[in-house]
Amino acid sequence: MTKEELKQLLTERFPDNAVDDAGQFLQIQVPASQWGSFALFLRDTPELQFDFLFCLTCVDWLKHLTMVYHLRSVYYRHELVVKCQLDREQPTIATVAHTWRTAEFHEREVYELFGVKFEGHPDLRRLILPDEWEGWPLRKDYEDPVNMIKL
Amino acid sequence: MYRETDIIQTIPGTDEMVINVGPQHPSTHGVLHLVITIDGETVKKVEPHLGYIHRSIEKMCESLSYRQFIYTTSRMDYLSAHINNHACALAVEQAMGIEVPLRAQYIRVVMDELTRIASHCLWWGSVAMDCGAVTPFFLAFREREMINTIMEETCGARLTMNYMVPGGVMFDLHPNFQRDTKTFLAHFRSKIDEYDELVTGNIIFQNRLKGTGYISKADAISYGCTGPTARGSGVSCDVRKWYPYEVYQQVQFDEILETAGDSFARYLVRLAELRQSISIIEQLIDEIPAGEFQAKTKAVLKPPKGEFYSRVETARGELGVYIVSEGGTTPYRIKFRSPGFSNLSALDHMVRGQKIGDLVAIMGTLDLVIPDIDR
Repeated sequence: MTKEELKQLLTERFPDNAVDDAGQFLQIQVPASQWGSFALFLRDTPELQFDFLFCLTCVDWLKHLTMVYHLRSVYYRHELVVKCQLDREQPTIATVAHTWRTAEFHEREVYELFGVKFEGHPDLRRLILPDEWEGWPLRKDYEDPVNMIKL
Repeated sequence: MYRETDIIQTIPGTDEMVINVGPQHPSTHGVLHLVITIDGETVKKVEPHLGYIHRSIEKMCESLSYRQFIYTTSRMDYLSAHINNHACALAVEQAMGIEVPLRAQYIRVVMDELTRIASHCLWWGSVAMDCGAVTPFFLAFREREMINTIMEETCGARLTMNYMVPGGVMFDLHPNFQRDTKTFLAHFRSKIDEYDELVTGNIIFQNRLKGTGYISKADAISYGCTGPTARGSGVSCDVRKWYPYEVYQQVQFDEILETAGDSFARYLVRLAELRQSISIIEQLIDEIPAGEFQAKTKAVLKPPKGEFYSRVETARGELGVYIVSEGGTTPYRIKFRSPGFSNLSALDHMVRGQKIGDLVAIMGTLDLVIPDIDR
């Protein structure tokens, strides 16, 4: 499906969500509360088949956190970026580890670096940092006088 | 540091045992720590513990300029240093709208493929060693040494080349480069046949790999596998074919696909890719056009506000560089989508129910490079 067709289909089905096609990929904003069911819709709709989650990350915008999901359909070759805005104090979002298995590791990484809680995640523990680590290192206001050298 | 466990502990009430492999175990090819639950010789569960070589490259990049951050990525997947640098250079060029001179594009692709050969050579030696054959390791290093010498002549370094810069490459090719590369290719072509005779056809080696570490096509996609790991399961995912960059569109090469999905299929894919890489270099090496090797760029790069994603095919799979720019001199956020990280997540799925002796061989065919996973 081309970018235009994809945009048309998504705007028809989800008129409330902002779709933006200015960048490299088609982007759609989804409220965090709808993300779990929206993910299943993207994967299981026969004409979409987004079965490959190739990048999952988070960006700290100081006022809020944004989850960024890069999706691709291996069969159709079309791609989509889904963004969910999260509250910075209490960031929680539904896990997609059961939808795309690769998300399990990626979500653990985002959890320890940004402090996002993934509801329903099978094994939400720290992955890279030691268990006793304090704070969320990739947030912009993270301070660590011992391990960090400011340039 | 991670878990105050003994090296071996038993689980009361069952026959199961928990064993720690690594982080200093030779078969994990680096500092990877696996906590394995076994029942007799059968693996029940594998839990990778990462981070022993985590340097927080993503955080470091946030305070480095767009010219500087590229050099940190040579330290991620050190066997594909060129290709990592390439991905970052592409991302910056895409953001800035820089046109790369044709000569630089040819040089980059030739260098990428040489790196791929060197990386696959090392992998071939180590996977054979994981199965108990020691000689192939030395043979592979003999060929890899020739590539390192060629690299050293042109780039001035053997492992962390830092040769790709936004807009092209750092220096022009050494006058001997084309001659040496052609000599190497002629030499290497006969050596692959030797590799086949020595290891591929070996019945012990085949028995170790065939039928172990199976992953289906659907699972490989769901686990986000890319590169030879996914292509061994029949997932067509070669970035060079699907999202061609530089001059890959003009060269003739095949995307190698195997459908068996086991360790041996992944082995065959990598070995066939060696031949494809030779063919790509042969098509380009005499055609490198004259001209500039670097585009004229400003001293300080300031990409516009926005998000940029570039990807390349490293020896391990798809490397993605996701840059969020706020229009400043440093990136606001950088994410490296490293192929090893996703491939490793499939390890648990592959080895469940297999024998513990096969675990090392299965890990060998995944071709894990730990700094690439930890970043």
